[in-house]
Amino acid sequence: MMVDLSAIASSWPYLMRGLWFTVQITVVGVTGGIVFGSLLAVARLSRNRLVATLATAYVNLMRSIPLILVIFWVFFLVPWAIGWMTRSGRPVAVGASLSIFVTFVLFEAAYYAEIVRAGFRSISPGQYSACEALGLSKFHAYIYILFPQAIRNVLPILLTQTIVLFQDTSLVYVISATDLLGAATKIAQRDGRLVEMYLTVGVIYFLFCYAASQLVKQLQGRLAYGAR
Amino acid sequence: MIEISNVSKSYGSFQVLRGCSASVARGEVVVICGPSGSGKSTLIKTVNGLETIDSGEIKVGGFRLAPGVTEVSALRRSIGMVFQSFELFPHLTVLSNVTIAQTKVLKRSKAVAEEKARSLLARVGLSGHVTKYPAQLSGGQQQRVAIARALALDPEVMLFDEPTSALDPEMVNEVLDVMTGLARQGMTMVCVTHEMGFARSVANRILFMDGGEIVETADAVKFFDDPQSERAKAFLAKILKH
Repeated sequence: MMVDLSAIASSWPYLMRGLWFTVQITVVGVTGGIVFGSLLAVARLSRNRLVATLATAYVNLMRSIPLILVIFWVFFLVPWAIGWMTRSGRPVAVGASLSIFVTFVLFEAAYYAEIVRAGFRSISPGQYSACEALGLSKFHAYIYILFPQAIRNVLPILLTQTIVLFQDTSLVYVISATDLLGAATKIAQRDGRLVEMYLTVGVIYFLFCYAASQLVKQLQGRLAYGAR
Repeated sequence: MIEISNVSKSYGSFQVLRGCSASVARGEVVVICGPSGSGKSTLIKTVNGLETIDSGEIKVGGFRLAPGVTEVSALRRSIGMVFQSFELFPHLTVLSNVTIAQTKVLKRSKAVAEEKARSLLARVGLSGHVTKYPAQLSGGQQQRVAIARALALDPEVMLFDEPTSALDPEMVNEVLDVMTGLARQGMTMVCVTHEMGFARSVANRILFMDGGEIVETADAVKFFDDPQSERAKAFLAKILKH
């Protein structure tokens, strides 16, 4: 069987549109996931039992169901939920892209929450005391002192999780969204170019992830305090 | 300035503080000493609310701490604290360590805060290190930054919790010198320390603790020359032998 490079060339713009959506999901998932995940982490460490329990329950729930199921649920249930909330009684279409963004933020937040929580745990209790002794408010202490240290302590793990997220975006095929893999699949089936398409996207996924993992390696060396 | 009345505290069934009462006058330097596990650190941490108390009352300036009192931020602003393990913020430069609470807590402008920080860092002998990170400094230097950080809020009282215990022997004196200078300038100070030379020459009074109680309170010189309680005698015999 011959590999036809022209098949790749002619479908390149479409693949790139798919890649662009993949990147969008990743960026939204990482940003939203870290922000929401950090709030969950702080909530889990809270002295308020109710807040801590709710956050823990959320994180454990999300971590015990497959992503593919959550993608499915959000896509089919959110329109109903919005319809119910607006009392219109009928589902409101939210579109595949929006439902995917929401899914990734909600789902990845649970994983980022655990990583950020480990980051907070790695800070010595004396740092909390120092913040208190200086009269810093809880908010200021978290924003300026604790969060930067927590993130820094777990930055390599955060990046690793981000690589996983990048790969997980391919699961949006279940709702026929056109991410990188979705685009490749559609062309592969239309043109009968399965080998070319799947090889190409494989290479693209590999290049992205390899570059990111090299970055992680570099960061690990440079992260020691004072080593700059 | 500080009035500690009948303060008790337990961790579960273990009572760390038993009916402690003491007072510190403005401008006075008081050293708390005693064997390890005697409750010294716990007592000093109750003064700025880092440790809650189960019963009794503490007054600092115009502020009052008692069981269940949770509004402590104003009190903490008027008290500076120096920790055994420095607890500088490792991700911030020396200068930022000294300015952060000024700008966030006292809402000083960046320029005012930095000027204050620079003059305090000069005072503790660290003018040349403002742009460094804590990890690039020696232990003694870090502890002096920590003192400058605490002083930046213009506290009326300074608390020192074993400030030299984590230091290599050759660095102890540079920190004690800074503390002595502060005392000479009239700062009200409470220090938990094992540095008996410092206690004798700088402190006005000694609080001797054992088993969670304040066993003896005496003028510094009198405490070392003529301790009254058997427990203080035993303690001094042990630490002054060599």
